[in-house]
Amino acid sequence: MLRFVVRRLLQLIPILLGLSVLLFAWLRALPGGPAQAALGERATPEAIARYNELFGLDQPLYVQYLRFLGRAVQLDFGNSARTGRPVTQEFLERMPGTIELTLFAMVFAIGVGIPLGYLAARRHGSWLDSASVIGSLLGVAIPVFFLAYLLRLLFAVELGWLPGSGRQEVRIDATRITNFYVLDGLLTREWDAAWDAFTHLVLPGIALGTIPLAIIVRITRASVLDVVNEDYVRTANAKGLSTSTVRRRHVIRNALLPVATTIGLQTGLLLSGAVLTESVFAFGGVGSAIFDAIFARDFAVLQGFILILAVVYVLVNLLVDISYGLLDPRVRVR
Amino acid sequence: MTAVGDVRRRRIDELAARAGQVPEGEGGVSLTKSAFRRLRRNPVAITGAVIVVVFLVVAAFAPLLAPRDPLAQTLLGEIRPGFIPGAQEGFPLGADELGRDLLSRLIVGSRQSLLIGVVSTLLGVVVGMALGVLAGAFGGWVDTVVMRFIDIILSIPSLLMAISISVLLGQNQWSLVIAIAVTQVPVFARLLRGSMLAQRGSDYVLASQALGIKRSRIVFGHVLPNSLSPLIVQATLSLATAIIEAAALSFLGLGDPDLARPEWGAMLSNAQDFLSVRPELAIYPALCIIVVALGFTLLGESLREALDPKFRR
Amino acid sequence: MIVEDVPPDSVDRSGLPVLEVDELTVTFRRRGEQPTRAVDGVSFAVAPGETVGLVGESGCGKSVTSLAVMGLLARRGVEVGGSVRLDGRELVGAPDRTLRELRGADMAMVFQDPLSSLNPTVPIGTQVTEVLLEHRDLSRKEATAQATDLLDRVGIPDPARRLKEYPHQLSGGMRQRALIAMALACRPRLLIADEPTTALDVTIQAQILELLRELVVDSGTALVMITHDLGVVAGLCDRVHVMYSGRIIESADRHELFARPRQPYTGGLLASVPRLDGARGAPLHPIRGSARDVIPWAEGCAFAPRCDHAQDDCLTEVAGSTVPLEYDGPGRELRCRHPIEYPRSPSGATAAGAAR
Repeated sequence: MLRFVVRRLLQLIPILLGLSVLLFAWLRALPGGPAQAALGERATPEAIARYNELFGLDQPLYVQYLRFLGRAVQLDFGNSARTGRPVTQEFLERMPGTIELTLFAMVFAIGVGIPLGYLAARRHGSWLDSASVIGSLLGVAIPVFFLAYLLRLLFAVELGWLPGSGRQEVRIDATRITNFYVLDGLLTREWDAAWDAFTHLVLPGIALGTIPLAIIVRITRASVLDVVNEDYVRTANAKGLSTSTVRRRHVIRNALLPVATTIGLQTGLLLSGAVLTESVFAFGGVGSAIFDAIFARDFAVLQGFILILAVVYVLVNLLVDISYGLLDPRVRVR
Repeated sequence: MTAVGDVRRRRIDELAARAGQVPEGEGGVSLTKSAFRRLRRNPVAITGAVIVVVFLVVAAFAPLLAPRDPLAQTLLGEIRPGFIPGAQEGFPLGADELGRDLLSRLIVGSRQSLLIGVVSTLLGVVVGMALGVLAGAFGGWVDTVVMRFIDIILSIPSLLMAISISVLLGQNQWSLVIAIAVTQVPVFARLLRGSMLAQRGSDYVLASQALGIKRSRIVFGHVLPNSLSPLIVQATLSLATAIIEAAALSFLGLGDPDLARPEWGAMLSNAQDFLSVRPELAIYPALCIIVVALGFTLLGESLREALDPKFRR
Repeated sequence: MIVEDVPPDSVDRSGLPVLEVDELTVTFRRRGEQPTRAVDGVSFAVAPGETVGLVGESGCGKSVTSLAVMGLLARRGVEVGGSVRLDGRELVGAPDRTLRELRGADMAMVFQDPLSSLNPTVPIGTQVTEVLLEHRDLSRKEATAQATDLLDRVGIPDPARRLKEYPHQLSGGMRQRALIAMALACRPRLLIADEPTTALDVTIQAQILELLRELVVDSGTALVMITHDLGVVAGLCDRVHVMYSGRIIESADRHELFARPRQPYTGGLLASVPRLDGARGAPLHPIRGSARDVIPWAEGCAFAPRCDHAQDDCLTEVAGSTVPLEYDGPGRELRCRHPIEYPRSPSGATAAGAAR
């Protein structure tokens, strides 16, 4: 198991290097280059020249790349052209919100998706089954940001049941420890603050979780339908095991294997979706920062955020691979 | 044994005739033929195909079908703050925020949306296929290099990838197409490579090699055609994703800036500001996107079922 | 080793049949399709310690028969008619609960493909102990001890270690042994083996058959052997029922059947088996056509289109009835209008039956 993990970690190195080359090249290839990225679009030619000299941008490309890499390893991605603050600092401030949101979305998608997919398969051919198939097809076809707007319009603006923007009411003067607002509220025992932050997660979380939900329902349903017809389920029945044992040990456990893989793949979808959902709900996480950076042409922020998110994505997928090994003994041995 | 008379001959003829009616998969019916047969009987496939064909026809004949000029701000004079005219004589779906006929804009917009979807997917298929064939046919270090490259692209979540490319190439419709195409490439490359690798070890390829058939002939004559059906399925499904992704990029302000070309994604994002005034402005283009995406998805899923030998029963 | 623990009276020598199958029919109904009758009026009985073979080509209904006996057919879309009695207890139409209590405890089954029949994500040990825990009042520890015993008894070396392993870590033969251990865990009265050796190497096949034979003889379990392999029948079965297109077409004791097959189909099966003691260069005689070339039983004899003995009356309805399964000498039954005749005994079976 340990060797498996180490080997997978080693396999990451070329990917991460390639990623850094790609994003390094990206910034160079931009009109105006890194100087413009750092100084903003209205920088004067003199300022750009001064900047280039200062940061060694007149040196050969490979030297520049090595410097970039050296700084990237120390998590230094320069300063935002918009706010002038270090990119890494901005990221660290905003990431907890995005993590809370994606976790909510994922828990929502898994918590609703697996039982729904399972029930649909158990009642194969029933109205519940048809409804879940149609629903899961629709869920994938709806543009995320449109769904976000719809939810916000209906439940926040029209009905006023749930908050429709931000991460917490401004009037709540909550203590910040980790920047995970819900967690902070729980840690400081400021229950209203925690509850308020949680309610702010609901609408964007549902909007963000809908595509993964649709996919999980479909995969679970298909997988359960497959597994139910497996020979080993027949064996289990031939052994006279109770229906609950057959389901728990022989059907569900095996049916969840492909679902686990899918859940790993959803991370990328969630990070993509977060950019859209967060901007609709002005959520103030990493996603809305990227949205703002696109409009402000804040390239340093874009470069840094995308690089860090890609690394996060790769690491999450590694975790999923490892947990898959725990679920399926056949993978473990290989 | 020689006592077999007419009865037997007749019975056996009957049997033979009955065998000919055996629904599918039997008696040497080719995969494509039986797949097509099953598609025709599958209501899901029909629904998907009808949707796709209707929208393709609308897009093809858009200028003829649109009742009005999609750019003429005919009803601009009626627009007040907090009011956008709804359906009325000559404007079945009402006007948009600049007084233009919404129906005509939707019809003409189908062109741009479908074009972006189709072209970017085609581009993704071609490049992905080339990379996949390269990796699958040569193996060895070519395979390693290509697949590492694909892994790197895959390590950036797709929308972020599209954003980076769109930002890099500037704001125009081709940058949109390329941005979406790049996110499609890895899927096709992996698909083709996987399918080619699986076939490379298969008995029929070994048999062909044993017969001394040239490698290029095996690859292009047998392996590639056999890999096509998953590719077609994936391409159909990717069309849906491409159209939705184009809308997302429009929403992020990275869409086609040319106002002379209405496009559903841009219409949808523009309408967000008027959602509380006239939600229809967002709902109609959204419905178009959803229905087209659904059409491609239904068609793709039923193609997958029809082409997958596992489903041949 | 467990055999020694079995008190003598627990081995049933009463001679009353363990399993009685009477006019069993199984019909599959699918929406929008003609219902198909996979098993049509099949009757047979199995006594304790007896081994009965159900023989036929794939698709003849032998596996469906076994699944129907076990009550393992899907409830939806399948109609089971007739009667199946286990120790006198009616199983057709019995509630699912009752069947679950009987399965694994009083009747058990070994399947064809040991790899796909074992759950890949659950250790062998759990898959053995779960039967014991379900049907016997045992603690987990006792169940594990018994499972170790069982694996040892079916010839799996180092059973304590194997219990912790997963199916993919065992060889094909070991997997089948493990499946047999699971089936025998609660000492069932009836064991059904559905092609238990088909997926195995030839050398392993013989071992598994030998194991089954020992276990059955020792414990007095009634064994139903489902196979298309006449070699398996020759080595194991006391009585043989040959099935074709959902019906039994010939029943006889093993020796009888091999010495004097009466149904041309049985004759064909025997003639198509390669024999080591056959004359050198003697050609094999395959049966023409495939199991698909059948006519409905209602219209004559289903085998007629492939039969070398067929005559016109095999292919038409005679006197409004199908070809019946009839008495054909002591211990023999036959469904055929023009059976293979043997010169010195016109009734075919009498001489052979007496000689036995």
